[in-house]
Amino acid sequence: MVPDMRVASSSAGMTPRAYLQAQSRWHPLEIAFWLATLLPFVLFPDYLSLASQIAITALFALSLDIILGYAGIVSLGHAAFFGIGAYSAGLLSKYGWGEPLTGLIFAAAIAGLVGFAISFVIARFRHFTLIMITLGLGLLAFEAANRAHWLTGGSDGLQGVSMWPVLGLFRFDLYGYTAYSYSLAVLFVVFLGARRLINSPFGLALRGIRENWVRMPAIGADSRAHIRNAYTIAAAMAGLAGAVLTQTTESVSLESISFQRSADVLVMLVLGGAGRLYGGLIGAIIFMVARDQFSGIAPQYWYFWIGVLLVTVVMLLPNGILGGLSHFYARWKRK
Amino acid sequence: MILDSRSCGDERTTRANQTDIMLPPVFGVLFDGIAYGMLLFVLSVGLSVTLGLMNFVNLAHCAFAMLGGYVSITLVNDFHWPFLTTLPLAFLAAAIVSVVLERTLYRRLYRSSDLDQVLLTIGLAFISVAVAAYVFGTIQQPIETPAILRGGINFLGLGLGKYRLFLIGIALVVTVLLVAGLEYTRFGAQVRAAVDNQRMARGLGIDVDRTFASTFALGSGLAGLGGALAIEIVGLDPNFAFTYLVYVLIIVSVGGLGSIAGSFAAAVLIGVSDVAGKYYAPELGAFLIYLVMVVVLMWRPAGLFGRR
Repeated sequence: MVPDMRVASSSAGMTPRAYLQAQSRWHPLEIAFWLATLLPFVLFPDYLSLASQIAITALFALSLDIILGYAGIVSLGHAAFFGIGAYSAGLLSKYGWGEPLTGLIFAAAIAGLVGFAISFVIARFRHFTLIMITLGLGLLAFEAANRAHWLTGGSDGLQGVSMWPVLGLFRFDLYGYTAYSYSLAVLFVVFLGARRLINSPFGLALRGIRENWVRMPAIGADSRAHIRNAYTIAAAMAGLAGAVLTQTTESVSLESISFQRSADVLVMLVLGGAGRLYGGLIGAIIFMVARDQFSGIAPQYWYFWIGVLLVTVVMLLPNGILGGLSHFYARWKRK
Repeated sequence: MILDSRSCGDERTTRANQTDIMLPPVFGVLFDGIAYGMLLFVLSVGLSVTLGLMNFVNLAHCAFAMLGGYVSITLVNDFHWPFLTTLPLAFLAAAIVSVVLERTLYRRLYRSSDLDQVLLTIGLAFISVAVAAYVFGTIQQPIETPAILRGGINFLGLGLGKYRLFLIGIALVVTVLLVAGLEYTRFGAQVRAAVDNQRMARGLGIDVDRTFASTFALGSGLAGLGGALAIEIVGLDPNFAFTYLVYVLIIVSVGGLGSIAGSFAAAVLIGVSDVAGKYYAPELGAFLIYLVMVVVLMWRPAGLFGRR
């Protein structure tokens, strides 16, 4: 991972506390971004279901950002937690409890618990072995969901999910008003949490682990314990995203736990810029809108463009779109 | 007996029809598993060597295998070449394309993070899948194998597929050539030196970049050969680049990077587990091999024969 130049340059001569405070101040662009997320209600009322999908995917990408962008743990199986969350929320509703908010908490707890158990494995390995283990665990989760037909419905998907109105007031309607409001609200709340987390000493420790895993224990930060915590949090967040997808669409398909989803979210995050809170969000917006548009033209060749995009980003924009933008911004400011 | 069947499910019925069994069917499963493992070995050994040599995570490896497969299938079906003569061309095509990509794209990322390498090569694999779907369509392509490789021979009551025997033969020849080439030639000595200690090798005046380009071409060429050989056993469609990537990665990581013996052992282990799993516990599906991989990696993170 390329060292975060922002950290290196701007923190010179600052106490850690002052640095963290400077980081956690809200930038006008951030406020503008969140206000802009309300625009679909007015500008694209026909695309609210897509907007809801984007918010969910952005939440998922944000969860991957915590472990990949900040702690530097490459995962090719992150969809496992998305899927666990999706199936937990779906099953809870199928067996009689359709209240959305408690469903969310339930799904996040299950995904977090599984993530906590797996994190003991994750924290022990690095590099190629880690990539292979995450890939293997992701595939195992997919096969398990596929084979447990009695529980998950296998390749037919989980049927019979029906949600109660949110807070007893707002039904999930056909146009996606409730769906988008709900997904956006969850995304925003989780984002606030993630932002707080990243701008805390714990978040700094994660970045330290990304830059040098071996040296962090020397300054008293136990790399493995931090990785375990970060991984558990990311798993719970991914579970939340899965649960929101289940609740807003009232179904779960096997696709929610597939390798494809793990690969897609990785692509989005890298496209937007890993290691920046907004990277996953921007990446998800671009990816989902592009997929919606391109799939209309020739669905089977959509992955051709994804491939071209990936090669271009890796070769020309090593820190993603946001990385490229902030690079130009920094150069422009210096002049 | 139909022995060139594409799935193990078919073999199950053919074997059940046999009345004069002298060896228990477990040997038949073992034979098919080993033959399948040999195929996987040819597909994966190139990746193992290049990963061990340059630490480059090449997820487009099976895209080269797919290229070899399509070269072979096109020559056989459209130009009516005999199958066996297409094999060297499958090797060459994959080797040439891979070396072009290595010189233009891969070499810039040798010092980048795992993540960048993963992303670039996954991108290339995506492109290859879409291009293959565009040029050849998404359906499975049939291929005509020569009469001499069709059918089977009877050995102590076991029907051994001729094509599978041929596969085992090819894999053994490849192994002998590779091991001999690495052990007894000047080039082999350079490769071994570069795998062991790249810096030291450079210091001794070995052109590591060139060694790597040649090794990379050789490894991808072998993948191309494997792709052509695989058509008869598993079929060929544009998803080949991803379906078999998982198998190849499993073998490489279980065997240990840069180890030919490791790849060989892992390929046999995975081939036999996969065939046995499909034969005795079809409800488990691919669960078994994923489990084998995760367990082996947790037990020995560097693989069975890995040194690091």
